[in-house]
Amino acid sequence: MWIDKIFTNESKGVTPMDRTVLDVETTETDFDPGFLEGVLAETGTSTAALIPILQAIQGKYRHLSQEAIHHVASALRLSTATVYGVATFYAQFSLEPKGKYVIKVCDGTACHVRGSIPVYDALRKRVNLQDGRSTTDNRMYTVETVACLGACVLAPVITINDQVYGHVTPDAVNIIIDTLEQEGAQHD
Amino acid sequence: MIKSRQDILEIQKSYGQALEKAKARLVVCAGPGCVASGSLLVYEALVQELKDRNLYTTVDCLLEAEDEHDGMLAVSSGCQGFCQLGPLVRIEPEGILYTKVKADGDDIAEIVDAVEVRAVVTHLCYHEPHTQKIVSKEEEIPFYKHQTRVALANCGHVDPQDIRSYIHRGGYQGLANALELTPAEVVERVLEANLRGRGGGGFPAGRKWAIAAAQESDQKYMICNGDEGDPGAFMDRSIMEGDPHSVIEGMLIAGYAIGASEGYIYVRAEYPLAVQRLRQTIKEATDHGLLGANILGSGFSFTIRVKEGAGAFVCGEESALIASIEGDRGMSRPKPPFPAQSGLWGKPTVINNVETLANVPQILTKGVKWFRSIGTPESPGTKTFALTGEVENTGLIEVPMGQTLEDIVFTIGGGIRDGRKLKGVQIGGPSGGCLTESHRDISVDFDSLKKVGAMMGSGGLVVMDENTCVVEVARFFMNFIQNESCGKCTFCREGTLQMLQILQRIVDGHGTLEDLDLLVEVGEAVQLGSLCGLGKSAPNPVLSTLANFRDEYISHVVDKRCPSGVCHNLRRLVISEEKCRSCWLCVKVCPVNAISGSRKEPYKINQEKCIKCDACLSVCKFGAIEEVY
Repeated sequence: MWIDKIFTNESKGVTPMDRTVLDVETTETDFDPGFLEGVLAETGTSTAALIPILQAIQGKYRHLSQEAIHHVASALRLSTATVYGVATFYAQFSLEPKGKYVIKVCDGTACHVRGSIPVYDALRKRVNLQDGRSTTDNRMYTVETVACLGACVLAPVITINDQVYGHVTPDAVNIIIDTLEQEGAQHD
Repeated sequence: MIKSRQDILEIQKSYGQALEKAKARLVVCAGPGCVASGSLLVYEALVQELKDRNLYTTVDCLLEAEDEHDGMLAVSSGCQGFCQLGPLVRIEPEGILYTKVKADGDDIAEIVDAVEVRAVVTHLCYHEPHTQKIVSKEEEIPFYKHQTRVALANCGHVDPQDIRSYIHRGGYQGLANALELTPAEVVERVLEANLRGRGGGGFPAGRKWAIAAAQESDQKYMICNGDEGDPGAFMDRSIMEGDPHSVIEGMLIAGYAIGASEGYIYVRAEYPLAVQRLRQTIKEATDHGLLGANILGSGFSFTIRVKEGAGAFVCGEESALIASIEGDRGMSRPKPPFPAQSGLWGKPTVINNVETLANVPQILTKGVKWFRSIGTPESPGTKTFALTGEVENTGLIEVPMGQTLEDIVFTIGGGIRDGRKLKGVQIGGPSGGCLTESHRDISVDFDSLKKVGAMMGSGGLVVMDENTCVVEVARFFMNFIQNESCGKCTFCREGTLQMLQILQRIVDGHGTLEDLDLLVEVGEAVQLGSLCGLGKSAPNPVLSTLANFRDEYISHVVDKRCPSGVCHNLRRLVISEEKCRSCWLCVKVCPVNAISGSRKEPYKINQEKCIKCDACLSVCKFGAIEEVY
């Protein structure tokens, strides 16, 4: 009976994510003060260097850990609160580690009027993100919106780790994620 | 090393001669739009094809070659503008434009075949949508024919990674001209040209320069504002990526005029290619002696550094941008003192937008009279726009100030997609407003737009058709602004939140007529009570849509209907009597027991109970559940 099929599938909660088990790259959580030394050698220790330093740390560790913020504050002779203030002000910085694939859904005006929110919803559904969370439990995917990627003619646009995908539809989302997972599986 | 005007002219001449020796130049667009449609693969395939046929050549080979050459040059340029039809390949010197070129398949081979015999591959040319007429030359395509390119003059023509290519197009002659004048004379020229800030406000660039030039200080700074944060705008990005030398030259001229020796380019973090290009360009200019000490033997010294933004819209505002460069939270500061008096680290600082600076070398090269002959007397020159949304031809355009909206949307833009009707045009991003169908004849310049409650903004122009809900668009902008408000001024921080909540209520179907008056009241308070441009202009999208599209708001709050069929919560789910087979499936999934009916009779949804969760919609096998707006 087709009715049974629908309900059994749903009740088991089978989603594509569960079927493909992906090996997650371990996120570097231990902050290496040596790395900061190297960055400081280039940027110097003036207050103006704060944002470039945080950018370098964010780039390497994919987030700013409490430890990192403490180290930066003492190196620049700033209060931890000042560094924390800057870290939370700018959208580029995140205090939580981001996923292996950072998916940015452009929600600029052009993308918005051409349907970026249905794409965003489809993505969240596909990678199984619930409530207000933006990163999956296995740290595979981070799905977030971004104001404008400046590629409005391709609206709606998403980027996955800076690779641009244009004219994305909610259906295309599945194809894109399938491809990523196949690549991941091949990689293993 | 370039040490004098003579050196510049020599490079211009020899590079021009080298180009003439080639059989053709095949210019592949590597603007953001085309790259995303695969133009880099097209470029690689083209280079491979030329190499396979032994036709590949480079400028350096041509410079050494004695005579004419069978070889062809393959160049990847910045944005050529017609992003809709990318990837684009232009054949020079003929100026033939090929559209939607594919890297795999026969396109590349056919193009090279055609170039060899000076023929045209007609199926890759632009076809006029209504007549199907083939237009092979770029300049004859309506999209290009009605544009005037000043700031974008080189974008899509020069090789952004070769300074000689920029010099060949007349680059750095504006700088040479400026260095022969006194700084005061340079300021005077820019004032006379009445070059107004292209970032949105339209404040005369020359006035800023004059104020900074008059300050006594051991150090002054020149900042280029490349923090193009308006959603729906990508003009500055195209210039920074496609013609970065024009920005550098503009900054050099400005730096000389105000007496600054250090410059910063503040670029959005979301534009990694622009950051990379600018760094590379700065190095190239420094290697050629056009940045550094004693430029062109004038005694003037200038260095430029790139600062990457970290993702905050408010940093496009001058004082917030300065705070961000200083390593602080990007919060605006009270004015006066204006940055031109006391800016970066308390020193006199001029901040100009990318497009403004790209105009400067042209003014110094071609003269004030030429510049003032374009546009309107109060707003001379041109303006670039990112034309997007529901319009046939999307892309990057540049038109003289004072063109009508009709010219832009219909003549250049080719009208609304799929023959639908124009509803409105959102101009100026979150600071701007919505123009309606009735504004078709409005002159697009700084002052005319301000009069109707809109704003030039940085140049995002999003065309909306009848399927776009303006109330939802207003909510969208308010959500954006609310997220981006730096939080310093209470009215901006709290007022935008209140406005957002009211708008959310309206699109959710819980709005009332009083809410509309409340929106105006709060909006006016936010305008009055905010320190910087972000807050002062934040209510514009709401106030202008309220003024121009009041009917649509009233449909939402009184009739609880969304005429455009966008607002999800304002639709009703109904069961089609013909299609329903009374299978009971929808009844089973409905979480609020809103569906009732008996066997062999079509079911009904109780609208009072329905929470529009779509459960029934997704389980119905017969497509009997319909959405009605």
